[in-house]
Amino acid sequence: MSEHRIRFTLNGAPIERVVLAERLLVDLLREDLGKTGTKDGCSVGVCGLCTVQVDGAPMSACLLLATQIDGAAITTVEGLAGADGPSALQDAFIAEGGFQCGICTSGQLVAAAALLRASPDATAAEVTDWMMGNLCRCTGYYGIARAIAAARRP
Amino acid sequence: MRPFDYVEPETLDEALALLAEDQDDTLVLAGGTSLVVLMKQDLLRPVRVVGLRKLAQLRAVASGDKGLMIGALATHGMLARASDVRGFAPALAETFAAVATVRIREQATVGGNLVHADPSQDPPVTLLALDATAVAMSKARARRIPLAELFVDVFETSLEPDELLLRVELPPLPQGARVTYKKFLPNTVDDYATVSVAAVVATDADGRCTHARIALGGAGPVPLRAREAERSLIGRRLDDRSISEAAALAAAATDPIADLRGSAAYKRAMSGVWTGRALREIA
Repeated sequence: MSEHRIRFTLNGAPIERVVLAERLLVDLLREDLGKTGTKDGCSVGVCGLCTVQVDGAPMSACLLLATQIDGAAITTVEGLAGADGPSALQDAFIAEGGFQCGICTSGQLVAAAALLRASPDATAAEVTDWMMGNLCRCTGYYGIARAIAAARRP
Repeated sequence: MRPFDYVEPETLDEALALLAEDQDDTLVLAGGTSLVVLMKQDLLRPVRVVGLRKLAQLRAVASGDKGLMIGALATHGMLARASDVRGFAPALAETFAAVATVRIREQATVGGNLVHADPSQDPPVTLLALDATAVAMSKARARRIPLAELFVDVFETSLEPDELLLRVELPPLPQGARVTYKKFLPNTVDDYATVSVAAVVATDADGRCTHARIALGGAGPVPLRAREAERSLIGRRLDDRSISEAAALAAAATDPIADLRGSAAYKRAMSGVWTGRALREIA
């Protein structure tokens, strides 16, 4: 009910908005800011579809109040590609068949990008542990694992 | 989600004053992974939410002669990585790393976890076995609560509505103590434990047990200590016989409920099996 002025960066661009206390980050992104790459799946923090990076750390946008990200740097899937096209990780998802229906893909990409930045030398076991909370009902995960492994290589 | 008013105190005094003035309809937000879900599901309906994110001092983690101190706002991810935690007991860092998924670990705090009082959670079990004390404060007083006395029932603690959990403190471990945490996950790796066991033992030069702590999660309405099992080990060598007896006593101390993770009898039996495995690992 109370209103709050929040300031944060979204994929590097400064944003200032007045939000209601009960506004969720996932709704702020999708409905107010038009960034629909972030999907709303289970809405209880389990499926990983709404994964965003908050100051580099993966979190569920469905479990964050918009007020909680005041002052933070938010990265969504729209922020992964560079000016010259998809990132190496995105290219690897395409090359390795890291998706089928695509509903989980933005969350997979945002989570994997956070891992590659936090631990570029992550082992296969660490990749599995990190990505365990991003569910996919199509690929059987092998394509996703291959894509992350390919993107990790220099 | 129902509308509510949100306040972000800049100081601890301000936070405690807010909790003192409206005890019935105010709830505290730490990481929010449980509170936000419960509000979305309309199971909690606060009129006012007090967000703690500006109280940076509650995020501190420190170790020294007096043991380990963990601020209530430290996230599970921070604690899984913290050298102070790993240096105190690697099994404690592994306990925080075993919680849910990386997203939850980065957002959820240890204080929120303890106050949520879900008996199937991981950190309370290892913290119980490490003799943790919770330190809480209200506008009127500060209070030290042995962790076993913090948990009253499922999702219920002994904290008063005007009290805020500030930190947990762990005393130094006995010389040579070994610590382990075992999480039984027959379904998926991000599931809650069917049962879990934390154990701490120390032995003298003859191999006789001088210190034993056994705590169980998912095995009753609260995370619990298996005190008779602990007592049964003191003065004995940690061999097949003493461990089997302690495991049976630990199973007898449980009071599980039947749910989608198994019947009460199954969880009781598994409590014994996993207590035995934990003790054998550190014998």
